[in-house]
Amino acid sequence: MALLVLAMVVQRNLFAVVVLGGIYSFLMATVLVVLDAVDVAMTEAAVGAGISTVLFLGALHLTRGEEAQPLRRTWSALLMAVGVSGALVYGTLGLPAFSDPAAPIHAHVVPRYINEGPKETGVPNVVTAVLASYRGFDTLGETTVVFTAGIGVIALLRRRRNEKKDR
Amino acid sequence: MRDFFVLRVIAKLLIPFMLLFALYVQFHGDFGPGGGFQAGVMCAAAVIFYALIFGLPAARALVPDAVVESMLAVGVLIYAGVGVAGLLLGGNFLDYFVLAADPVAGQHRGIFLVEVGVLVTVSAVMLKIFYMFAGRSRNTPD
Repeated sequence: MALLVLAMVVQRNLFAVVVLGGIYSFLMATVLVVLDAVDVAMTEAAVGAGISTVLFLGALHLTRGEEAQPLRRTWSALLMAVGVSGALVYGTLGLPAFSDPAAPIHAHVVPRYINEGPKETGVPNVVTAVLASYRGFDTLGETTVVFTAGIGVIALLRRRRNEKKDR
Repeated sequence: MRDFFVLRVIAKLLIPFMLLFALYVQFHGDFGPGGGFQAGVMCAAAVIFYALIFGLPAARALVPDAVVESMLAVGVLIYAGVGVAGLLLGGNFLDYFVLAADPVAGQHRGIFLVEVGVLVTVSAVMLKIFYMFAGRSRNTPD
């Protein structure tokens, strides 16, 4: 996957970058399956590899296929990226070990979800129970975000058409 | 791509199964992986596939813009409506326990309806964004 990312950075042909991005998403989906997060893997495969690839290709059709050469090298941006990623990596050092049952996040509400969830909601899939029932309000917000994104795209792309009609 | 015989036949064979799988993911989401979001994306992907093979006008005739735009809002309204229904039946907002006589059945019904709302909105948004992008030609003056 690191190789893929390097190839995407070096590659100047945007079509190749989009295809590499799709491959990256599929690899990411397999990683998520290995981590037992099947719901997320499904979303990653469908959205990341499927629909966003199609949308990128659609956008690519409207522009040129080659990435433009930057006017000047921006070393400050590189420094910024390295600094932020260094801080993030440093932050992960403080996290509890992977799948540590004593981690704080597993001690708070998780036992209740796992033990009581199937009884209270009658839904064996804990992910669905948490998403739709316990955290229903969050999911409502999430749906509204998706809705707002759609409205935003409509507003942005449709205005152009009306302007053309006015002329 | 309408001229490619193989693609056309494969698309016709695959699209019903894609939609069927989307419905499976939607309604089996309680027991296996999946749910409204994933199923919505798959529904949209099936229509986008159709548009890629048979052309955008054919897809727009199949699923008109007006339908997509109303689905956009209807999904959120279904979701919020479930919440308001909980309020009217004497519970809290998005309280599913009061939706049926049996609390567990109420939870089931609430989750089911909420997932339908998510499916409708997500599939409509994905499809609408695709329509918007694909509908613009390279020569459109900005």
